[in-house]
Amino acid sequence: MSKPHNAARRGFLGTAAAAVGGVMLAPGIQLIEVAQAATPGASAKVRWGMLIDTTRCASGCTDCVTACNTENGLAPPARSTDPQWIRKVEIKEIKTGRAASLPVMCQHCAEPPCVDVCPTGASFKRADGIVLVDRHSCIGCRYCMMACPYKARSFVHEPLADQRPDVPRGKGCVESCTLCVHRIDQGDKTTACAEACAKAGHGAIVFGDLNDPQSEISRRVRAVASVALRADLRLDPGVRYQGL
Amino acid sequence: MTPPRSAFGASPPGGVSPHRASACALASGWRTPCDMQVARRRQRTGRAGSAASAWLRWQLLGRSLVLALTGCLLPAVADDGRALWPTIEKPAKGAQCVEDTATMRRQHMDLLKHQRDDTVRGGIRGAKHSLKDCVGCHAGAKTGSVAAAPGDFCVSCHTYAAVTIDCFECHTGKPAAVAQRKP
Repeated sequence: MSKPHNAARRGFLGTAAAAVGGVMLAPGIQLIEVAQAATPGASAKVRWGMLIDTTRCASGCTDCVTACNTENGLAPPARSTDPQWIRKVEIKEIKTGRAASLPVMCQHCAEPPCVDVCPTGASFKRADGIVLVDRHSCIGCRYCMMACPYKARSFVHEPLADQRPDVPRGKGCVESCTLCVHRIDQGDKTTACAEACAKAGHGAIVFGDLNDPQSEISRRVRAVASVALRADLRLDPGVRYQGL
Repeated sequence: MTPPRSAFGASPPGGVSPHRASACALASGWRTPCDMQVARRRQRTGRAGSAASAWLRWQLLGRSLVLALTGCLLPAVADDGRALWPTIEKPAKGAQCVEDTATMRRQHMDLLKHQRDDTVRGGIRGAKHSLKDCVGCHAGAKTGSVAAAPGDFCVSCHTYAAVTIDCFECHTGKPAAVAQRKP
């Protein structure tokens, strides 16, 4: 589908070009804009994921949802069909009465069913495990919404205006949580929801690289019991839940 | 008597065809009296001399062409911002574009399309040919956007070339500093 991106080679060429440009240009005379350095891009060595501690997630708190809306330019949903990238779910075990609150968003599966069913290749998984929709090729058929067992995806029914510059969105496309890909690509180490949760004092969302044994998320998933939602489907989600 | 023939076809005696009048809006004001004059002269000459008739026909064609060209080269902006010729607003910031003007005019769509796949699928951001950077420099002074009004940078040329522009169905036409959504 998409061609593999050799990040290291690109990086080298970029540095080389910048170096040559720097040598060639006389001081004070700038012929070409060399300053712009592109980010290295998604690396297959990384697997971005989240660990959500449901014991810390406060019932009724929607800071993560608000932060997501603000970050990505989503209007607070007024109707059930309005786009929603992250939602709070309250669960209760009837037998014991134990209740828990947890955010549910795209689980960024290693084996994403949405990618399997997409007829145009618009739904895809990046090298670093983030599952996205390429709106340039999305035809809005919504097969992926049917296929997703987490109901993570939304369809944009209405024309939009004033999108965020980093988060283009539009009518007629399916969309879902991007793990704040625009921030991650720029080197940011957290997402809007995790940031908001930490700011609210809950710290229920830990974002990080599951492939890095030194990362906090790796240490946590090693130390405590965590589960994947609908583990029976064996989709290997990047989002895991603790205390369910 | 047969109605006089103009260079563009039949026209009523002493008048100008609506087709030619719309050929160039600005020139029509000049051409109409000229046409009338020629028509009157032709009416006077009647059927006399086919050589004179041919000469008049050529002269009329020449004059019409000159007037048409002159009219089209003049800047013509309607009140609602529509223009006969694209209005290229100078960017507010940025001394130089990432490529020379001729390259950008011909190839901006290819450059953007090439890089969009790198960005969306490969996660490479901040490279040379990004739509975000286009918007950053070329947003209009009045609207703060490249695509909000008919006179804005992208829309102006695309209207002139009659090429539908879909970028701004999803992408914002406003630079990062302006496009802050109210929560």
